[in-house]
Amino acid sequence: MSRMQNLARNPAVIALTLALALAGCANKKNLPNSAGELGLGGAGAATPGSQQDFTVNVGDRIFFDTDSSSIRADAQQTLDRQAQWLQRYPNYAITVEGHADERGTREYNLALGARRAAATREYLASRGVPANRMKTISYGKERPVAVCDDISCWSQNRRAVTVLGGAGS
Amino acid sequence: MMKRSFIRLVIALAGMAVMFAAPAEARVEININKGNVEPLPIAITDFLSNNELGPQISQVVAADLKRSGLFAPIDRQAFIEKIADPNRAPRFEDWKVINAQALVTGRVTREGDGRLRAEFRLWDTFAGQQMTGQQFYTQPENWRRVAHIIADAIYKQITGEEGYFDTRVVFVSESGPKTARQRQLAIMDQDGFNVRTLTDARNIVLTPRFSPSRQEVTYMSFEGNQPRVYLLQLETGQREVVGNFPGMTFSPRFSPDGQKVIMSLQQEGNSNIYTMDLRSRTTTRLTSTQAIDTSPSYSPDGTRIAFESDRGGRPQIYVMNADGSGQTRISFGDGSYSTPVWSPRGDLIAFTKQSGGKFSIGVMKTDGSGERILTTGFHNEGPTWAPNGRVLMFFRQAAGSGGPQLYSIDLTGYNEQLIKTPSYASDPAWSPLLE
Repeated sequence: MSRMQNLARNPAVIALTLALALAGCANKKNLPNSAGELGLGGAGAATPGSQQDFTVNVGDRIFFDTDSSSIRADAQQTLDRQAQWLQRYPNYAITVEGHADERGTREYNLALGARRAAATREYLASRGVPANRMKTISYGKERPVAVCDDISCWSQNRRAVTVLGGAGS
Repeated sequence: MMKRSFIRLVIALAGMAVMFAAPAEARVEININKGNVEPLPIAITDFLSNNELGPQISQVVAADLKRSGLFAPIDRQAFIEKIADPNRAPRFEDWKVINAQALVTGRVTREGDGRLRAEFRLWDTFAGQQMTGQQFYTQPENWRRVAHIIADAIYKQITGEEGYFDTRVVFVSESGPKTARQRQLAIMDQDGFNVRTLTDARNIVLTPRFSPSRQEVTYMSFEGNQPRVYLLQLETGQREVVGNFPGMTFSPRFSPDGQKVIMSLQQEGNSNIYTMDLRSRTTTRLTSTQAIDTSPSYSPDGTRIAFESDRGGRPQIYVMNADGSGQTRISFGDGSYSTPVWSPRGDLIAFTKQSGGKFSIGVMKTDGSGERILTTGFHNEGPTWAPNGRVLMFFRQAAGSGGPQLYSIDLTGYNEQLIKTPSYASDPAWSPLLE
């Protein structure tokens, strides 16, 4: 099982992360507050830099294989877009929510969700998002988005969601 | 709220009962160490009273004994003798002819000070002898507890083991759609009655566990979007965070002396096991891996700890000494093993097993040998032991169902029973015997 936190042991990555963190100067108070920025406008009419822009045009979530916290190739593309967007709009602080599917025990899934959130944050940090703009939280298997008893739902629930402006749900 | 004054019970052996008690000669007994026990036919007569309480107490006693799987209460319609004086020997022939091997008689009266007085006698019909007789005083609102205490006394007399009916279960009460499920801590009697919620529905709450020594529960809450372990005083409702850890704390459980909480602390992608001493507030780290170590559970003598770790790739059960030394994997079957819980008797560890797309509840010896699966299905999880180590409770979510429900099952794998709750329920934790 490959673990993304191993990235943090690469001195180059740590140096890059620190440099960006020092240069970041994120203003966490300057959060979006108009209806458009909060993603309440029509689809396709997303204001650049808005929550809706992030969700629709960038993609706010990535998915994982069973019991894995490895960042898949498709997830890397999403996180690369997230990292670019977050560097273009440096006012946002984010919370990475880690989730698990229902096919595990409650306690293990809390830890697995945390591992997925940490792996996602490490990846974003390695792509230049300052560590001090990012928090993580695990919801384990307690907050599924898809409800059914087969893999079509489980694969959607094994996810990490990048939430702008802190833990929302 | 649970109050000590409510649960104060004066327990006294009646003089006559002691005089006539001759358990050594009684023939009625159940060898519960065998597998599938033939339940013992027992006649439980309505306790005499001038109101509904007598029959109600008898019904609760009968329901407890029946649910244990070890007793078969006989239909009242078959009774021949109508008990007029529960202190006099019954007509044993009338009870033998309907094959009642044991007979319970009793009376409920109201004392001058308003207290309830409940007395019962257990008779061995074939030996023609009284086996035991006891009386209890309590407040009238405690009538169900008196019934459970009487059922425990009968269970102990006939099986030779402590009962478990005068106990409670704390659990997570679940309502609303799965995508926005609301969860509240709740407590109930072991038979599903007297359900009371302990927390509001604003925050996700999980994994409540009873203190072995106090009216106290440890659990995990997402309050303030900061998931961590709390203590809850049942009598006052007072809550406090356990420790000041730099990450998510979860999967808490008390030490057998009630003085420590053992739990997982998550930092980055790893989770390791820590204890916090509730008096000195000192924390001790017990495991140190780049893996997920969780679900710690002490042996009843406090010298060892079972836990779950995926350090070998998949979740498996490990055992270590209480200081963290000697970490040894004990589960080697197909699939993965989670949520180890040490039996109150010390000889077994219950677990959740995932294999072949199914979830099972099972038990194994503390060295990992002798694995026995008690129930298997789409999703069974989170066993907890009755204080006598005979019965387990767990939660099950059937495929296609809207949510989980609680079940109990005998250690032998027989006698699975649904525990009815007002809403969906998960994460049961059995209390010690009440005092």
